[in-house]
Amino acid sequence: MRLKNKKAIVTGAGQGIGKSIALKMAQEGADVVVVEWNPDTGVQTRKEIEALGRRCLFFAVDVADRRQIEKMMAEVIAAFGRVDILVNNAGFDRPGNLLKTKEEDWDAVLDVHLKGTLNCIQAVIPHMMEKSYGKIINLSSVWGKRGAVSEISYSTAKAGIIGLTKSVARELGKYQINVNVVLPGFILTPTVSKMAEKYRNIIIENTPLKRAGQPEEVASVVAFLASDEASFITGAEVEVSGGWNM
Amino acid sequence: MGRLEGKAAVVTGGGRGIGRAICLAYAKEGADVIVNYATKDQPAQEVVELIGKMGRKAVAVKGNVALKADAEKIINTCVDHFGKIDILVNNAGVSKPNMLYKMTEEQWNEVIDIQLKGPFLCIQAASKYMMERKYGKVINVTSSAGLWGTKGQINYSSAKGGILALTKSAARELAGHGVTVNVIQPGYVSTEMTEKIRTDPKLKEIYTGRILLGRFAEPEEIALTFVFLASEESNYITGQLICVDGGLGMT
Repeated sequence: MRLKNKKAIVTGAGQGIGKSIALKMAQEGADVVVVEWNPDTGVQTRKEIEALGRRCLFFAVDVADRRQIEKMMAEVIAAFGRVDILVNNAGFDRPGNLLKTKEEDWDAVLDVHLKGTLNCIQAVIPHMMEKSYGKIINLSSVWGKRGAVSEISYSTAKAGIIGLTKSVARELGKYQINVNVVLPGFILTPTVSKMAEKYRNIIIENTPLKRAGQPEEVASVVAFLASDEASFITGAEVEVSGGWNM
Repeated sequence: MGRLEGKAAVVTGGGRGIGRAICLAYAKEGADVIVNYATKDQPAQEVVELIGKMGRKAVAVKGNVALKADAEKIINTCVDHFGKIDILVNNAGVSKPNMLYKMTEEQWNEVIDIQLKGPFLCIQAASKYMMERKYGKVINVTSSAGLWGTKGQINYSSAKGGILALTKSAARELAGHGVTVNVIQPGYVSTEMTEKIRTDPKLKEIYTGRILLGRFAEPEEIALTFVFLASEESNYITGQLICVDGGLGMT
């Protein structure tokens, strides 16, 4: 149990990679705050965490809404007393090529990924700075480095998360708060299962390991970065992509 | 149950510094270890004894990784004793600093041979066995000097820069055979190699000032990332550079 009694917040924990991260944290001994806009999937994750014998709080909030996040953080501190780990995973995709991308889709994607990540970090850091301890892990994507056709808003948001991570790491290093970013490659999540098989096969063909990753294979990397084993890692990009983007 | 239970590992340059910490961390997680060293017997024997006390097997193998026969001997000793090789850490290193205009051909050759040809020869010898069993974890070591260059160590930084491409090419070739290949950049660590920049007050201030976390690393905390990359937890990571440098690369 490498996260025994740690208090962790995982955003977008209702499904896919976020859910795997939340469950992995609980398996490693952490109490978990599940942040998920969809009440049905969020409740399900909470049930599974409680079945592992850990405490769990669930908030059906929108990370892009600063007031909701500030209110949530006050309740988390009231209940758990502190936050050791923040995983900014919440995100979604509105694919569309450059010409057809609507302003509202662009805004929605950037708001959740970028402003949502900023909101959660700003709300949590006073509590981490007070303890001189904290682990912040942001989720980017290999597409944030490579770009992708018909993914202008998503890939831009994911690239922004890399810059955001490094700036935050610079500001918080002296408080012994580690801030890192994980870049998953092609992972089998509900989001990619909607992708046409033709495109999925192209990506797998370009992945040296010749297979898609499982959400659990990303979760184990995030758990490592959240643990004290990674105490000297900060400002780092860690790709979990089967070698897709060398 | 350890995260490397029943695994067989080779760590080159395992007698001292980061290599020593890796050997001990691997044994603690359940692996048997080949402790390679080039010159000093005593420190390597000490590592073997410590691992024995942890209830794991260890063998010290003297050898220069830059020599093909030695590299093969190191890898074959692992297979002879433990029946296989699961993990190879190319950690052996040497530093022969000199300014560009004064550097001798010998200084260049020695560092390039040990730090670049050595990993090549060890991977070549180990990959044969790993491909047979469709399993393997290779971990190389680079340095801040390999990523950004440095003054007075053009041999060292060239070797460490070369390791990045060696890692990626090996990762591409071996991915289809169940073998992952990654490279770690450990930043400034409290070892013999960094003694001067840790003890000279002026140098210490300069070097520490480059690290976001404001301190040098201990070998033991670097070793934990080597455990992570050797474990099943990192199965979908290959061809990657992992910086364990306290944010050094960003300053």
